[in-house]
Amino acid sequence: MTKLLDWLDDRTGYRGLLNGALHEHIPGGARWRYVWGSTLTFAIAVQFVTGIVLWAAYSANAQGAWESVYFIQNQMLGGWIVRGIHHFMAQATIVLLVLHLMQVMIDGAYRAPREVNFWFGLLLLFLVLGLSLTGYLLPWDQKGYWATKVATSIASMTPVIGPSLQQLLIGGAEYGHLTLTRFFALHAGVLPAAMVALIVGHVYLFRRHGVTVPEGAEKAPDGNFWPDQVLKDGVACLVVMATVLGLVLWTGGAHLGAPADPTEPYSAARPEWYFLFLFQWLKYFPAGWEVVGAHIIPGLLVGVIAAMPILGKWRLGHRFNLGFMVALLAGVGMLTWLARAQDAADPNIVQAKIEADERAARVEELAASPAGIPPEGGLALLRSDPLIQGPQIFAARCSSCHRFEGHDGLGGIPSDEPSASDLAGFGSRGWVQGILDADRVATSEYFGGTDHARGRMVRFVQRGLTQLTDEERAELLPKVIMALSAEAGLPRQAAADAADAQTIAEGREIMQSEPVNCVRCHLFQGVGADDDAPVLTGWGSREWMMGMIHDPTQEQYYGENNDRMPSFGVDEDLSETEIGLVVDWLRQDWYEAPASR
Amino acid sequence: MSDLNDDSGFSDGPAAEIPPRRSFLAKAGAILVGAVAGLIPVGAGAAALLDPLRRGTRDTGMVRVTRLSAIPLDGSPKKFTVEADRTDAWSTYANTPIGAVYLRRTDDAVIALNVVCPHAGCFVRHLADEGRFSCPCHNSSFDLDGEVNNASSPSPRAMDALAVEVRNGDEVWVRFENFLPGREEKVPV
Repeated sequence: MTKLLDWLDDRTGYRGLLNGALHEHIPGGARWRYVWGSTLTFAIAVQFVTGIVLWAAYSANAQGAWESVYFIQNQMLGGWIVRGIHHFMAQATIVLLVLHLMQVMIDGAYRAPREVNFWFGLLLLFLVLGLSLTGYLLPWDQKGYWATKVATSIASMTPVIGPSLQQLLIGGAEYGHLTLTRFFALHAGVLPAAMVALIVGHVYLFRRHGVTVPEGAEKAPDGNFWPDQVLKDGVACLVVMATVLGLVLWTGGAHLGAPADPTEPYSAARPEWYFLFLFQWLKYFPAGWEVVGAHIIPGLLVGVIAAMPILGKWRLGHRFNLGFMVALLAGVGMLTWLARAQDAADPNIVQAKIEADERAARVEELAASPAGIPPEGGLALLRSDPLIQGPQIFAARCSSCHRFEGHDGLGGIPSDEPSASDLAGFGSRGWVQGILDADRVATSEYFGGTDHARGRMVRFVQRGLTQLTDEERAELLPKVIMALSAEAGLPRQAAADAADAQTIAEGREIMQSEPVNCVRCHLFQGVGADDDAPVLTGWGSREWMMGMIHDPTQEQYYGENNDRMPSFGVDEDLSETEIGLVVDWLRQDWYEAPASR
Repeated sequence: MSDLNDDSGFSDGPAAEIPPRRSFLAKAGAILVGAVAGLIPVGAGAAALLDPLRRGTRDTGMVRVTRLSAIPLDGSPKKFTVEADRTDAWSTYANTPIGAVYLRRTDDAVIALNVVCPHAGCFVRHLADEGRFSCPCHNSSFDLDGEVNNASSPSPRAMDALAVEVRNGDEVWVRFENFLPGREEKVPV
């Protein structure tokens, strides 16, 4: 063995290299305050390892990014831990960078002869920020999409080159596949490569100048890098790793929002917490001052920091530098706190966050369904989900006349009075019970706002049914209600309909005979006259409702008696898909994950 | 680390004496050959990376968005999704959502406002209770015509109005465009 190693050393000189790396002499001995650089190197190494693992499963395109991250997060063995570590270690890196920078400042380690190394460090800081910024977009969720749009908008404000810069960054006029491929090339290729080069230079220069021994420590016995300092560094790295792992386990890993959607508002778009100060900062610059706020002032501040090694030569320079850094950090902290506080106090933002979380939870539920994610991607799941789209379409197209539990489907109250029925629970027993109730049939819940308020149906409910004795009503009506509601075949009522099959059969008989005799006006199960009263066979079923919305003036619906209901399908006002989404939503026919998990 | 170079083969032994003129030619040649070899991949790479600059603006023309009847009569704005064919690099989508607009009736016309904030590109929301538009990012505030209505708004211009036409009686057509954020003038992207 020794011989083999001797041979290897003879050919490569590895022992000299190893000695050079490990047997660094440390004047004044190993110290805890020297660990920051090593923890940073460790953190970045962790990012390389976890990043490459994520890379092996990630797909950088607009129809695969969110989907592959979903897969990593929810289906890959240990994927959520790897992604969680990558996510939180990125944040830890920022914290460690600030600590490292402050350590360097306090010890005066940025002054001659270490100026160049300070600049290397500053460049590394910006590389890390660039990595966070590019990484934030890659999951292609709503949060990353809208927050990054702000960042690239700011880039487009750069004087002269701004528009071209933005176009080059996002790979065209708007966000798409190429935005992801480019951001990914930066995130996993260009920036890490630049980082390795700078770290090599940084460590080389550090070794060239040695540690900056704090005042009063010179008299302590000297130490060696191996193993004295390495032990301390190792402990510090373990603490960092444990903290990050703790965060991953405590939070359940990195969050994944709903897939990016340029047509869906995302009011809760906020950058990662360490950029919040910049976000808040921009609020204070009125029109015409954006460039001052986004480019000139930050540029000047960075300029001062870069000039610190030179400023430090001045008699009071070191104190100025320290004071400047403390003031800067305090300002950053203040702005971050303001951003948080203002968001927490804004009910619209709080609500937007809740809605965003609901959407994210819904798309995860759909993605985990047996049908899974289609090749069109996760966004297609949301766009074809009745639970999400139904109320939107209802609010946009139906709520000018109809209501849903008194609102427009999304919780808003339109300014106009309803002029048609409330469709919440349409087809259910409860809904049918109401329309056969003399006190309710002519209210705005049912026919109150329509021409039918003076029609035969209302007259029948208000006069015909009230002529029955109380016993007759108690005997007949519940059966009629069950029978008619069973025509709808509501999935949520399937069990009850099956259990009441006998009563439903009786109810059908009652509907076709006096004294109730629905078939006097309606066609039902092949019996009766169809004189412009809707057919009751299959009433409230998906097919019946689709046809009704498609064209209510057809004979089997209201025919010439149709009041103001538009023919949405005939006029191509709503596509068949959209009509289907509203119908499925009203019928509460959407995918729901099994309760037990 | 500093004694690494001492071990390298290149510095072993005295350097061969070369006449100055030949030395100059050799240096110039080395630089030239190296540059030519290097420029080929760099040039091809730069061209490929700059490709997005040569892609012109995309004009989808007028797109049918909805019907007049869907826009509230009381003059409050309503959000509509704009659908058109769209090509994103290697994918072409037929009739896919490409953006959103607020449509609103005024006395004798319909106005269309792009939902994207002209300040930094966030999605402007309509605050029905307050009768105005507000950007959730940096608090730009606009009135229902899209004009900036608050001096402390960071937005440099009004919300971007889009061309609207009512065709065939009640079809609302909009020419959907996006504009560069953060500048006073409207420059189509």
